[in-house]
Amino acid sequence: MSADGPLLDVRDLSVAFGQGAKRHTVVDRVSFALKRGQTLALVGESGSGKSVTAQSIVRLLPYPSASHPSGEIFFGGRDVLKMSNAELLGIRGSKITMVFQEPMTSLNPLHDIQRQIGEIIELHEGRAASTRARVIELLTEVGLADPAARLGAFPHQLSGGQRQRVMIAMALANRPDLFIADEPTTALDVTVQAQILKLLKDLQGKLGMAMLFITHDLGIVRKIAGDVAVMQRGRIVEAGRTAEVFARPQHEYTRTLLAAEPKGEAPLADETARTIVSADDVRVWFPIRKGLLRRTVAHVKAVDGVSVTVREGQTVGVVGESGSGKTTLGLAILRLIRSRGPILYCGRAIDALTASQMRPLRREMQIVFQDPFGSLSPRLSVAQIVEEGLLAQKIALNPGQRREAVARALTDTGLDPDTMDRYPHEFSGGQRQRIAIARAMALDPKFVVLDEPTSALDMSVQAQIVDLLRALQQRRSLAFLFISHDLKVVRALASDIIVMRRGKVVESGVAREVFDAPREDYTRALFAAAFSIDADESGAVSQ
Amino acid sequence: MTPGSLPFARDDGKGSVSSDARVKSPRFTLSPMNQRRLENFRRNRRGYWSFWIFLVLFVASMGSEFLANDRPLIASYKGEILFPVFVDYPEEKFGGFEATTDYRDPTIADEIDAHGWMIWPPIHFANNTTKLDPPTPFPSPPTWSLTEDQCKAALAAQALRRHTEPPPGGGSCRDLEPEWLGTDSNGHDVVARLLYGFRISILFGLILSGISSVIGVFAGAVQGYFGGWLDLAMQRVIEIWSSLPHLYILIILSAILTPGFFVLLSILLLFSWVSLVHLVRAEFLRARNFEYVNAARALGLSNSKIIVKHVLPNAMVATLTFLPFIVNSSIGTLTSLDFLGLGMPPGSPSLGELLLEGKSNISAPWLGLSAFATVALMLSLLIFIGEAVRDAFDPRKTFS
Repeated sequence: MSADGPLLDVRDLSVAFGQGAKRHTVVDRVSFALKRGQTLALVGESGSGKSVTAQSIVRLLPYPSASHPSGEIFFGGRDVLKMSNAELLGIRGSKITMVFQEPMTSLNPLHDIQRQIGEIIELHEGRAASTRARVIELLTEVGLADPAARLGAFPHQLSGGQRQRVMIAMALANRPDLFIADEPTTALDVTVQAQILKLLKDLQGKLGMAMLFITHDLGIVRKIAGDVAVMQRGRIVEAGRTAEVFARPQHEYTRTLLAAEPKGEAPLADETARTIVSADDVRVWFPIRKGLLRRTVAHVKAVDGVSVTVREGQTVGVVGESGSGKTTLGLAILRLIRSRGPILYCGRAIDALTASQMRPLRREMQIVFQDPFGSLSPRLSVAQIVEEGLLAQKIALNPGQRREAVARALTDTGLDPDTMDRYPHEFSGGQRQRIAIARAMALDPKFVVLDEPTSALDMSVQAQIVDLLRALQQRRSLAFLFISHDLKVVRALASDIIVMRRGKVVESGVAREVFDAPREDYTRALFAAAFSIDADESGAVSQ
Repeated sequence: MTPGSLPFARDDGKGSVSSDARVKSPRFTLSPMNQRRLENFRRNRRGYWSFWIFLVLFVASMGSEFLANDRPLIASYKGEILFPVFVDYPEEKFGGFEATTDYRDPTIADEIDAHGWMIWPPIHFANNTTKLDPPTPFPSPPTWSLTEDQCKAALAAQALRRHTEPPPGGGSCRDLEPEWLGTDSNGHDVVARLLYGFRISILFGLILSGISSVIGVFAGAVQGYFGGWLDLAMQRVIEIWSSLPHLYILIILSAILTPGFFVLLSILLLFSWVSLVHLVRAEFLRARNFEYVNAARALGLSNSKIIVKHVLPNAMVATLTFLPFIVNSSIGTLTSLDFLGLGMPPGSPSLGELLLEGKSNISAPWLGLSAFATVALMLSLLIFIGEAVRDAFDPRKTFS
């Protein structure tokens, strides 16, 4: 191998799953090359085959149900696909290492940090007394605060960002030539995401390794990768220098992706509009009980004194990192969990109503959940899902009218009413989210809590859902409580904003003012991380 | 895309539809998931065939009276069509004097044959018919295993008892009444006993598992869905309950109560309902936090509706997968109780009783062997069916 030849050279790689007639190709003749010190980003929506491509580089696919009808993968001049298992084991974890999306499931929950990292080192270098020191060195390298004290910690005792740092330390332990990062920041909060990206970039510069970075987020690509390859349905539709591709996209799909970021301005806050929901000093405390008598020793303050006012036809955005209590706040306002503090709906106090007294009000207060796969029962057809609320509220009537109502709700949310007798698994994520929205809209509500309705969706679909929500809001004068960690989406929809952290409000006010001139350090750090993927150095955010 | 106009990307590329197409209700079809399950069930060849064999045996044993009976199915006597299977005719109708007719009595048989005809089931014995003139003392072996000499001796003895002439030349084994699997020590035909015993075992197993599943699912559902104190209390009760020594309690109870089908059923039910509770409870604990359950709550569905519509189907998968194995263990329990002499009242056709006979008559291997083969076949079929059901509900199962 010549010094300036590519470290990794993938030629005409195809991946197929299944056998015989049912075989379907998920990666179709993909070629790319990667040199030492270079970063290549594979971008695409879910199902485009980017992860499968990356996993075939170290032959991690479930063979023999997966197969390679064509292609070669040269790593350091040798074809990985033709290597023996013994040779492969020598490469995996030492020359080529991977970091996956979900750091919780990638770490063994029964081993402490020292053992997890030590195992990798010992596997390739043998047992040595210096292992402990080496582990500490690695943890320092990945920026884990106070590494010596954390050696005995188990994965569940670490935060998501810390776990991902441990994963990176494991991946770097043997100084790999090629580092594959498969959506390493997708499961993390924006502020942490910015830190991890900065860390990866720094480490790559220092160690001079090649990095294959898989993501669906174009913002990250711009930040981290010198080269980019855009994948769609198993093919690379466009590849080149990141700056060039972003400035002058050639392929139509790339242009769609680039244009997919949620756009549009939220309507200005209107103080005169009718108040639909107002909650004052809402508290949701979960007791921590200890001892034989289960005495309450303390509380987890999931929501601690938050006040919200949602007006007709307007959106209040609730933003914050995971665990900040935003979802709990939404559930409390809908009285789906127990809370304290007055909640008024159209001027009527609802915080003391019983479950059966609440039932008629459910018609007017609805919720859309984050995960369009989890929120639709797989056993019911679309029509059954959408009409469920109508049945529960004893509205509408005979079966024919009910199907009419379902058809209307589906049309309103941009779905073909003909599909109402199909089952959820036949729909894509975006379509499923439309079904979930249709289910809420079928009841003709006045107030809807949207709990991260776009987070589980691809970027281009996110924009469509945001447009749909805005259109529905305008047409029906809906009041939205929009919960999200995605500030771009919030900016496109919310006229008021509440920034939450650890159950408390950090900052709140008219969205435009807060976005233009955040007053608090934390808000500023959050915005920097979200809009320009800059890591905060001031210490306002946690690791 | 401008706000205000609805930007709908239809992924499937279909256009708009006429309004009558959208309000038409669908005709009944199996949901895709169930179609897949049926397909997976069929793909497990062994289980699928076991299912059909079992079904045939089950249906056949349901009609045991038409396969093995000591009365003819239809008889014609002096121009009158009679249905002895359904109707008890007094013997005086045929010139006798008993309250019920014994159609196997040569005198009666000859009388009817002289004035009409009889159509018999394939086996001329009911489960408790005693064979009157066995070729050997009870338990007598299957007729096909007898030697010619034994047959001749038996025929001669029969002729002597009936005061008739033995067949010309001493006869052969074909002249004896066939006993496919011989008789037990009470002179009952083994095939008839097996048929009737199979029926009782299967019915007992199905009814017991049916009722205990209903109770178990209900208890598990309540515990898992509502959780909290209710769950805690019921868990402790179940733990104490299931740690009682079942067998001793069964022995004590069957000493107090007169054992019979329904008494045994209720006694076994006391303990068998517990087996599904943990499974269903775990499923409910998991499913009650599903987002679609939360969504249903937000739509204003009542708890009972949520349980039935959204949570129960999840638990049913686990329950159905478990069911054949519960049926098996119920049958096993009944058989072992019968074997110990604590089960069904004496004289009732049961596989356990036949096994016990086999044990006490080691010299008559046809008893133990046929009972063993029947129990083994029945339990294996159910296990194979259970495996196929498990495959059917396994979402990751692929056949290559």
